[in-house]
Amino acid sequence: MQLEGRALSWRYGNGPWLFQNYSITIQPGEVVGLIGPSGCGKTTLGRLLAGYSKPLTGEVKVPGRARNHTGYDPVQLIFQHPERAVNPRWRMAKTLTEGWSPDTELLESLGIKEEWLQRYPNELSGGELQRCCIARALGPNTQFLIADEMTTMLDAVTQAQIWHTVLHHASVRQIGLLVISHDHALVSRICTRTLTFG
Amino acid sequence: MNRTSTLYHDRRHRRWNERSRTFISAILALILLASIGIGSWLLGSSGLSVQLENRNLAPSFLHLFGTDWLGRDMLSRTVKGLWLSIRVGLLGAACSVIIAAAMGLMAATLGQTADRIISWLIDVFLSVPHLVMLILIAFVCGGGLKGIAIGIMLTHWPSLARIIRAEALQLMSTDYVLVARKLGSSRFTIAMRHLAPHLLPQLLVGLLVLFPHAVLHEAAITFLGLGMSPHQPAIGIILSESMRYLSTGMWWLAVFPGLGLLLTVRAFDKLGNHLRQLVDPRHTHL
Amino acid sequence: MPLLEVQQLSIAFQQYTKGSRQQMVTVMEELDLAINEGEIVAVVGASGSGKSLLAHAIMGILPANAYISGSIRYNGEQLDEAKLKSLRGSEIALVPQSVSYLNPLIRVGKQLQTNKDSIEQHSERKGLFERFRLGEHVARLFPFQLSGGMARKVLVSTAALSRTRLIIADEPTPGMHPDDVAEALKQFKQLAAEGCAVLLITHDIEAAIRIADKVAVCYAGSIIEIAPASDFSGAGNELRHPYSQALWRALPQNGFIPISGTQPSMGLGLQGCLFADRCNRAVDACKVSRQESRQIRSGIVRCMHAT
Repeated sequence: MQLEGRALSWRYGNGPWLFQNYSITIQPGEVVGLIGPSGCGKTTLGRLLAGYSKPLTGEVKVPGRARNHTGYDPVQLIFQHPERAVNPRWRMAKTLTEGWSPDTELLESLGIKEEWLQRYPNELSGGELQRCCIARALGPNTQFLIADEMTTMLDAVTQAQIWHTVLHHASVRQIGLLVISHDHALVSRICTRTLTFG
Repeated sequence: MNRTSTLYHDRRHRRWNERSRTFISAILALILLASIGIGSWLLGSSGLSVQLENRNLAPSFLHLFGTDWLGRDMLSRTVKGLWLSIRVGLLGAACSVIIAAAMGLMAATLGQTADRIISWLIDVFLSVPHLVMLILIAFVCGGGLKGIAIGIMLTHWPSLARIIRAEALQLMSTDYVLVARKLGSSRFTIAMRHLAPHLLPQLLVGLLVLFPHAVLHEAAITFLGLGMSPHQPAIGIILSESMRYLSTGMWWLAVFPGLGLLLTVRAFDKLGNHLRQLVDPRHTHL
Repeated sequence: MPLLEVQQLSIAFQQYTKGSRQQMVTVMEELDLAINEGEIVAVVGASGSGKSLLAHAIMGILPANAYISGSIRYNGEQLDEAKLKSLRGSEIALVPQSVSYLNPLIRVGKQLQTNKDSIEQHSERKGLFERFRLGEHVARLFPFQLSGGMARKVLVSTAALSRTRLIIADEPTPGMHPDDVAEALKQFKQLAAEGCAVLLITHDIEAAIRIADKVAVCYAGSIIEIAPASDFSGAGNELRHPYSQALWRALPQNGFIPISGTQPSMGLGLQGCLFADRCNRAVDACKVSRQESRQIRSGIVRCMHAT
């Protein structure tokens, strides 16, 4: 039941290889940190694992992912910029319930307030939006969560709050976490295992 | 916050905000449309008959817009012509927009094969001149309203479909649509819930651009004898005919029908602009 | 006299409530801030606390449905639209958040020039590229061809002309590699040493305290504390406001301790201290009236408990 990327490679066009034959496994309930300089392909690796693009070589094995990538994906990705990950014309209630209907308990634990649900994304701050994106991605079928610079744009208090909640849910539900970040302090604080990339 | 003074955003508090202005212009456009429609129904066809004793009369109380060289009442002709043109134009433009939206969305969501086929179709249709195509279709369908409407809807969609396709493809690669795929939304759901609302402004603009285009083509085809019968007063025919008589000083032949067309187009243009402002997220709160 | 002085700045947005009815939503209230020449002031705080709005208000680039009141003085003179127009891009420079603020279709070198440039500035820009070790060829690149670190240097170089007296940097560091952050910060420090006033807007407290002289902490649309950067150290006991302390203690390297609750939404017309419902020292008085700013230990704070 592990998330496995085997011998993955990626480059843009005919450019230099960002990574070649890179293999990675994440066990359920594990918190893996992926750290490296900007532009080294961390984000691309996250996207390959989450099924957003196909690796040029190798394969990504995910238990429960449909072959044609339809249906709710057991690997969910959280983006650095939440404002781009929500439809600007949708009220938050619609956005939150796109994949599943989060219960009030989860919303409360993430600090999502009732009154946000009737607002549009441009009326919420980045931190508030990111909480909503996380709630949206924590559906019952989520087995792995890839957090790509999830809290980079947020202030320290919100960052700590969000990570405490996410880590709690991940450990209760045995969700495997991949934390992509450039922040050594954060990664060494929350991760059980750290990979240096690039 | 009543103590707010504007510091360097010099905007006086406006009496009407964008939403009420949109509402008002929609009402005005509707009133115009309704009055032309009802007017053409009330006026009956008596004004269209040839009355040689009433030739070339300047505007008077009996004939508000004057009469033409065959003694036909210009008010009746103008109103009926506008109504006919609006119907043909709106029908043709609306159908083109629907086809364009469907094609654009399908090209963007149904995968590469569908995209290739649709792009090829667009290129084929664009490579044949509109008028040739229109003549062919109008000829096959037989003249009259039906032939023109079908002709217009089949020839005007490709240019808009191309824009819609490009826009939809761009939307397909936005983060939130990618997320929607991973949350299990089907292609159809994405096309309907994510793409279509975003494309609405483009479709509206498309409708407004196509509308006068359709009216013009309708006039052209009629002029060539393949469209409406010359007895039916289409605004395009009236205008082109009156050009010949302008030099003789009969200004009313062109002025009133021209003004009518201008007013109609302007009303819809204004409405379209207001709507576009409202659907633009940057202006939602003005 | 400070170079830039913001007094009692309030910003409100006009928004639709229902149908065509509109109301004013206050997003920033009575903000005071001053910057002297050669000084770096960092504004830190939660996202949505209004720190970017402050930059936009100073640059006059708020959206059209914003109404502002209060005064912004530059060099002792009221900064109005006409004045701003002549200063923007010459004496006052904005370092934007990312290269996405550049036109993707125009070569970098061409874009950096403004129509206010004379021959003198022209040659100065060339010198700047050398100083930032960018190389002549960079000027001929398009924005998308720049790497992250290069882009940052290019953006900073837009501000680094000698005629510039005030630099407003909006979130210049997030997502950057530590080496690049250090490089960018060094550039600001150097500009300040040459007499520039720098307003650094960031949520990265670490970066802020490394170069700033003073740090202003923003919360829910008001500045709740302005402290010397050296006060951000140890367990944060030198800090005056409970929110500043919470912010400091929530850093991964300082305990990673969150406090509960979220920043109140703006425009609710809340009474009393905006932090009261998250504060463990809040008393009844906190919930009734808002604290005025007061001076404590060479800092300014809006809290009645501060000592």
